Amino acid sequence: MMDLLTTHYNYVASILLFGIGLYVVMGSPNLVKKIIGMNIFQVGIFLFFVTTGYVDGGAPPVVGHGEETFVSPLPHVLILTAIVVGVSLTAVALALVIRIYDGYGSLDEDVIKEVQVDD
Amino acid sequence: MTDALVLLVVVPIAASLFPVALGGRFERIGWFVAAAMGLVHLGLSATVAARVLEGGSISYAVGGFEPPFGIELVADGVSAPLLVLVSLSTLGVLVYARRAGPHSNAFYSELALLTAGISGVFATADVFNLYVFLEITGLATYALVASGRSPRAALASLKYLFVGTIGASLYLLGVGYLYIMTGTLNMADLTGAVASASVGYTSPAILASFGLIVTGLLVKVAVFPLHTWQPGAYAESPDTVSAYISALVSTAAAYALVRIIYAVYTTGFLDEVPLAGDALVALASVSVVVGAVLAVMQSDLKRMLAYSSVSQFGLVVAAIGLANETALVGAVVHLVGHAVMKGGLFLTVGVFATGLGVRTVEDFAGLAAKAPVSSAAFAVLAFSMVGIPPAVGFVGKWNIVVGAVEAGAWPVAAVVVVSTLLTLAYFGRVIERMYFTAPEPEADAVSTDGGNDAVEVSFGMRAVVVVSAVTAVVLGVLGSDLITVIQPALEVYF
Repeated sequence: MMDLLTTHYNYVASILLFGIGLYVVMGSPNLVKKIIGMNIFQVGIFLFFVTTGYVDGGAPPVVGHGEETFVSPLPHVLILTAIVVGVSLTAVALALVIRIYDGYGSLDEDVIKEVQVDD
Repeated sequence: MTDALVLLVVVPIAASLFPVALGGRFERIGWFVAAAMGLVHLGLSATVAARVLEGGSISYAVGGFEPPFGIELVADGVSAPLLVLVSLSTLGVLVYARRAGPHSNAFYSELALLTAGISGVFATADVFNLYVFLEITGLATYALVASGRSPRAALASLKYLFVGTIGASLYLLGVGYLYIMTGTLNMADLTGAVASASVGYTSPAILASFGLIVTGLLVKVAVFPLHTWQPGAYAESPDTVSAYISALVSTAAAYALVRIIYAVYTTGFLDEVPLAGDALVALASVSVVVGAVLAVMQSDLKRMLAYSSVSQFGLVVAAIGLANETALVGAVVHLVGHAVMKGGLFLTVGVFATGLGVRTVEDFAGLAAKAPVSSAAFAVLAFSMVGIPPAVGFVGKWNIVVGAVEAGAWPVAAVVVVSTLLTLAYFGRVIERMYFTAPEPEADAVSTDGGNDAVEVSFGMRAVVVVSAVTAVVLGVLGSDLITVIQPALEVYF
């Protein structure tokens, strides 16, 4: 078991990040913190993806420097796209948070629920 | 002319730039841009559909990079009708939105972006590309839901954003596992790669990828208990938006589920891992019943329709899990039918709400006398949803039931029957109120709900409602023709 943890530390790290991210999204009542949690969750997946392309002793995938082994470039390219998606999601989420704050005067979910009930 | 396939995605994306870019100069340019986009989209999807009817399927290599290394777009007998459905729903919703709004240019940009995302989901044959299109769909939907002015809409949208993002991220993680095991992302290529001896259906990573991908997509489809984002998103958004997203967004995710399960994992996987299909069917059956029961309990009409979607998509997912040709044909027909019926129902409720200010089941008393045409349309669509022949709701459900019986899955057949009764229960009480209950005294009917900006119901709005009701019946009558288009494309999976 210990062996598995030390040889696959990249997976362990990304699982930890998923866990932390998911916990913050579900557990924190603050909407901005939830957004941060969502980002951490996504970054966990991005890092997981990037490490899958790793080749022992591989050079960065740029041809023409005399190296022979390269890390796989495909996961990097995919993750660039996914990062862009993540950034746009964060932007939309933050824009929504501004509107929610305008409407309810708070970013705390519990307070918002109370305001909604009072309506 | 296979270019038409990629233009289906490119044209709406390009069109989404204009309303915002030109918005400073022309206040109401958005609608015209979107309408032009819708017409071009219809032309393109008709071209694609004609080619598919002729030749079976067409494929396009994006950027000239041949599959399996490049991204491939494919249209076959299943995606071509759905692409035409996207064009027609877009045009229908635009005709409705001309008067009903929202009128901002940003709204039409988002609408065009959503069209692009959904077209992409239907057209793509690459699992990572599918993620990107699902997220484009998602992003546009979050923005559209929030285009209602109330802070409640923003809150519903943010909730949808969190749940939707986590769903999509789980999907992406599943794709990661698939990629590690097979080294490819092209669906056609994955079919063989997943089955190959070096990978195998029962390897833990493949099982994990199946679980993650399916869970991620089920969040987007809104199957109980992953549906929590949906009622809020549908009920709080403007009527135009609820109609559009209820017609297409979950449909796109359900189509992605069909594609992933049958093109990537194939029926071989479902045979070898019976738990996968059984779990899907069990979850979906629960969703069918719970969704319908929750729908019966709602007093707000839009919320009732939203829970009804949870129930109807449960049926579709159950049919997907049955892994049987008849049921799968039924699932696709029901997807098309549901889009027409549910979109039409939301628009009809919108017509009632703008014209008469009624939004709850209580308010519907005696409505048929005040708005006979729209009420008739509502009744036709509601009975179609219940599954009364010859409407399209019947064709879909019938095939799903026959499929369930063929597969020996009697509980599913029973669930479909129970859901039909529950559907009748929640639509029946609305229709009973519309036609057979005397209206309440009108003292405060106008003054209570001042939020309607006094918009008149235009001829266009009524026309769309009637057209959708007629379409639901005509599609039902032509159901066998629709099946002859869909069936050959699904046969290859069995």
